[in-house]
Amino acid sequence: MESTYIIFYFISSILFILGIKMLSSPTTARRGNLISFMGMLLAVTTTLLIVDYNLDSIVFISSGIFVGGVVGLIFAKKVQMTSMPQMVAIFNGLGGLASSLIAFSEIIRSDRTISLNIISISILISILIGSVTFSGSITGFLKLQSLITGKPILLPLRNYLNFILLVSIIGLMVASFFYNEQTLIFYILISSCLLLGILIVLPIGGADMPVVIALLNSYSGIVAAFTGFIFSNIALIISGSLIGASGLILTRIMTKAMNRSLANVILGGFGATKENINDEASDKSYKSGSSDDVASLLEYSENIIIVPGYGLAVAQAQHSIKELLDILIEQGKNVVFAIHPVAGRMPGHMNVLLAESNIDYELLLDLDQVNEKFSQTDVSIIIGANDVVNPAAKLDENSPIYGMPILDVEKSKSIVVLKRSMNPGFAGLDNNIFYNEKTVMFFGDAKNSIDSLTKSFKELI
Amino acid sequence: MNNELYLIIIFVMAMMLGYELIKKIPPTLHTPLMSGTNAISGIVIIGSILVITSSTDLIVNILGFISLLLSSINVFGGFIVTDRMLEMFKKPKNKDKK
Repeated sequence: MESTYIIFYFISSILFILGIKMLSSPTTARRGNLISFMGMLLAVTTTLLIVDYNLDSIVFISSGIFVGGVVGLIFAKKVQMTSMPQMVAIFNGLGGLASSLIAFSEIIRSDRTISLNIISISILISILIGSVTFSGSITGFLKLQSLITGKPILLPLRNYLNFILLVSIIGLMVASFFYNEQTLIFYILISSCLLLGILIVLPIGGADMPVVIALLNSYSGIVAAFTGFIFSNIALIISGSLIGASGLILTRIMTKAMNRSLANVILGGFGATKENINDEASDKSYKSGSSDDVASLLEYSENIIIVPGYGLAVAQAQHSIKELLDILIEQGKNVVFAIHPVAGRMPGHMNVLLAESNIDYELLLDLDQVNEKFSQTDVSIIIGANDVVNPAAKLDENSPIYGMPILDVEKSKSIVVLKRSMNPGFAGLDNNIFYNEKTVMFFGDAKNSIDSLTKSFKELI
Repeated sequence: MNNELYLIIIFVMAMMLGYELIKKIPPTLHTPLMSGTNAISGIVIIGSILVITSSTDLIVNILGFISLLLSSINVFGGFIVTDRMLEMFKKPKNKDKK
C-alpha cells in the first residue's frame, strides 16, 4: 500500500518539475503554473487518503483550507503589481512560520523529547530557519511598505550581537538534547530565532531588499525540505529543494548585478555611511528641455532605447509609456526597453510592470542583449533610473557602486533624462550622465512628463 | 542502505536539478518564478495535515490548524497571483511586425 502513495508523491514532484521547466518561456509559463497547481492538488489529495480522521480533524482541515483559500484569493486579486515584492515577502514569511509551527507541534507530540536522529535534527533546523524566515520577511515587508524606514537601521555592535545570538541558538539546540521534557528551552529557542531574523534584516537598506527577498524565498524552500525529513515525505523534500535552489540562484543574480557579495549585503549599512561630494554638483551645468524639445528630438530619431527605473513604477507611468511607445512604433521607430537586473524592487519586477500595460515582452531586453545596441542608438530615454546608468560604476573607484554592471547609455547619440529634480536618487549618488553635453534633462513627475511628451509628439506628426 | 540516506540523496539531487532548471528561466519571468515558488512552498500544507490527524492533543491541533491556514494562503494566493501575472505576458494581438 505504502508504495502506491510514494508513487503519487513522486508524480506530484514530477509535475512541479515540469511546471517550473515551463516557466522558461512566456508562451508556456501559464500552463506550467497550472501543472504545478495540479501537482499540489495531487500531493494534498494523496495525504488526505493516507491519514485517519476523527470529527475534529475533519473540521480543522476543511475550515483551514477554506479560510486560507479565501484569504489567499483576496490577496492575489487585490494586490497591485507595484506591490509584488511585499506580497512575496509576506508569503515567504507565512511559509516559514507554517514550517516552524509544524516542527514545534512535532516536539510537543513526541513528548518534548529530542534525540540524536535525523527527525530531531530536522525539527531543530526547521525551527531555526522557519522562525528567521518569518521574522526577517515581516521586517522586510515593513521596510518595503515604508511602515518603518527603508534606510538601514544600524545598532551599535550589531555584528557581535548577531554572532552572540547565533552561538546561543546553537547552544540551546545542543542543550535540548540533554534537557528533555523542558518546554521552556524551546520557547527561548524560538524567541531567539525570531529576534535573529529581525536583527539580520534591520541593517539592510531598501535598495538591497531584492537580495533579501530572494534569499528568504530560498529559506522558505529549504525549511519545507526539512519538514519533509521530519515526515520522510519525498514530495516535501523535492519541492522544497527546488525552491531552495531557485532562491539561491536569484540571490546570486542580484548580488552579481550589484557587484556585491552576499556577505556585504547581509552585513548591511550600504549607502548609510557614504558621504557624497554633492557640493560639486551644484557647480556643474546641465541642459534642461521642454516636452517640445524632446518630442522633436524623437521625431528625428530612428533607434530609441527606453531605460525604465523604479521612478516609473512609483509614478504609475507604465500605461503612459505604452501610449508613447505605440505612437513611436506607428511612426516606424525602432523602440526597445533596456531592463537592468536590479531595476524595480525585486528580480524581474520591471518586466511585470511593463507587461501589465500590454507591452510586448520581446521588446524588453536585458543587460547583455541591449548593451551592444547603444552605439547604434539615436536617443536613450532614461525614466526614473539613476544608479543603473551611472558611469561612476565604471570610472570612480571610490563610488559605492563601483564595479556594478551598468547600461551604457553614454554610447548613444543623445540622452534624455526624465527626473523629478536634480536631487540625487535612492542611493544618494550624483550621476555624470546628467551633465553630459549630449544630455537633455526633462524635469517633472514621470507620468505627467511622458503624457506631455506624447502630446507634443502627436502635434509634430 | 537505510531510508534516511535515501532521503538525503533525493534532497541533494533535487537541489542540483533545481539549479539546472532555474538557470534557464529568463529574467523577464523572475517575479512570477518567485511568486510561483511561494505557492509551491505551500506544500508544507501536507505537514500540517499530518500533524492535525496524528494527535488528539488540543495544542497540537491548534498549532497544526494555524500552519494549515497559513500554507493554504500560500498555495491559493501564490498560484492565483502567478496566473494573474503570467496572463499579462501573452503576446499582444494584431501587431504587425516589420
